[in-house]
Amino acid sequence: MSSRLFHTSRNPETHPLTFRVRDDRAPVGLEEYQDTRGYEAVRNMLRDLSPDELIERMKAANVRGRGGGGFSAGMKWSLTMKGEGVPRGYIVCNADEMEPGTFKDRLLMEELPHLLIEGMIIAGYANNARLGYIFLRGEYVEAAHRIEQALQEARAAGILGPKVCGYDFDFDIYLHTGAGRYICGEETALINSLEGRRANPRSKPPFPGQSGAWGKPTVVNNVETLCNGPAIVLRGADWYQSLSGERSNDGGTKLYGVSGKVKEPGLVELPMGASAREIIDMAGGMRDGLELKAWLPGGGSTGFLLPEHLDLTMDFDTIGKAGSRLGTGLLAVIADNQSIVSLTRNLEDFFARESCGWCTPCRDGLPWTARILHSLEKGEGENGDIEMLESLASDLGPGKTFCAHAPGAAMPLQTALKHFRAEFEAGISHPQREAHAEPIPVGSV
Amino acid sequence: MEPSTRDASASSSYSLIASDQYPDDFVLSDEEREAIEQEKGHFENPRAASIEALKIVQKRRGWVPDGAIYAISNVLGIPSSDVEGVATFYSLIFRQPVGRHVILICDSSSCFLTDYEQLRDAFTRELGIGFGQTTEDNRFTLLPVCCLGACDRGPALMIDEDLHGPVDPGDVASLLEQYA
Repeated sequence: MSSRLFHTSRNPETHPLTFRVRDDRAPVGLEEYQDTRGYEAVRNMLRDLSPDELIERMKAANVRGRGGGGFSAGMKWSLTMKGEGVPRGYIVCNADEMEPGTFKDRLLMEELPHLLIEGMIIAGYANNARLGYIFLRGEYVEAAHRIEQALQEARAAGILGPKVCGYDFDFDIYLHTGAGRYICGEETALINSLEGRRANPRSKPPFPGQSGAWGKPTVVNNVETLCNGPAIVLRGADWYQSLSGERSNDGGTKLYGVSGKVKEPGLVELPMGASAREIIDMAGGMRDGLELKAWLPGGGSTGFLLPEHLDLTMDFDTIGKAGSRLGTGLLAVIADNQSIVSLTRNLEDFFARESCGWCTPCRDGLPWTARILHSLEKGEGENGDIEMLESLASDLGPGKTFCAHAPGAAMPLQTALKHFRAEFEAGISHPQREAHAEPIPVGSV
Repeated sequence: MEPSTRDASASSSYSLIASDQYPDDFVLSDEEREAIEQEKGHFENPRAASIEALKIVQKRRGWVPDGAIYAISNVLGIPSSDVEGVATFYSLIFRQPVGRHVILICDSSSCFLTDYEQLRDAFTRELGIGFGQTTEDNRFTLLPVCCLGACDRGPALMIDEDLHGPVDPGDVASLLEQYA
């Protein structure tokens, strides 16, 4: 079952990620991939570019991390420890797509597995990696099957293995499938999981680029980020930057999408900096009889925005300035008849369940948050509940925990309280009683 | 406590003391052992194969019995407590028996916004069980799952390896009929 892709005319110059997607939505095999200049970037790179030149090109292209972090991929690559005496490390593709509302990497992996493999070879060469791992969530059964098939094709053709495409560079890729848990998408938790441990995040520094999987330099990049590499090598950083033109400082295109109660939810590749309004319009707008009340720009860990924000350019800086995060760029719409309190409760239930339990604010604060939201949703909230939620959101914020799980949970909560406070106040039934004074024991939610 | 006991709670407390003995009769098949050995070769350290080893056992048996924890710890050369730690951390490793078919209903935001709760209620009504439970005939186990990346088809769910969506609550009975 393929993700819906909005119908647009696609070509290699303007749609570097999706121009090869077939009308019948079958996976693009090795032969077809190579007929459309597939793996040409790898050959050109190995013939003409040093790893440092490649990294400079990635930096100039300004590919910002498409998993939601938005950190420059070229910058990340430039910080990887390399040189004499430093062992060759690993490229890990973060294919653990579990951010609520995100369904873009599924398409790339199911239909364009060779694009990902080519992107990983490029990242491997830039970072002096010996091996690549694709860390794929276990539920993506079809993607696993197609990636495995593509890996075999690539090995048989001499594209993976000793002497990639006949050049003096050895690189292979293994597919690793996960066994659940959202936290595996956090890059240091992912490395622990890859090593066969519980997916608790690691303290940084050291950053994975210095000491990652098995203590070796390790670069973790999202699927979509890696898939941008081949076209940048082939067509250059200036071309990539020009794709987004005046709309955005962030280079290239983005797989955007929309879900929720629009007429035709789906995906589309657009220049970086498209607006939410364009994307929602491509989906046919809201279902009949519904009005847009709010939207999440890129996943469950991004903050709520309002209809007045629909014309903002969907890039990292602009959405950040509006008080949210671009995240994965796949927006979810909330209709006027849907409760923000209920949705926030659903999100905090999710984050509470998915906390790995390592850091106290996250382990204890999230079930507490969820419990208050449950009572507000039922109209059984107490005086002071909202102030307590605000205090919790602050205690879950950046810098208080090892990873971004708790801050990610705080963002929709904080912005829901900011934009829709009256909905939360309506859930308070006993204004005379005191607020929850004591933390709720763990496990009681 | 007698090491030979078949009581699940007793055997797991015993297991923390003597990791060189299995609490019940459990033997990895040659096929399983070979698959685990092959996985080991993909990583710098055999420990990394622990999740895959648990999945290999679960694939054939449906779940991971206590004895498998020790068997895997022996094959990988790591403490059984570490294997158990991994087995209990990951939501898709089952440490108790499940039904012949496992239903994973996505309960994340996009499915929530497309009426997941009505779909969940239809399943619990039809099956007479809640999340984490198995029907008496051992046919179905019902579990929630993180966003399935099928948000354009919400509300979505998986039964075994099949993705379904959008699923109308009225179609639950006929959907279940496809899984004997």
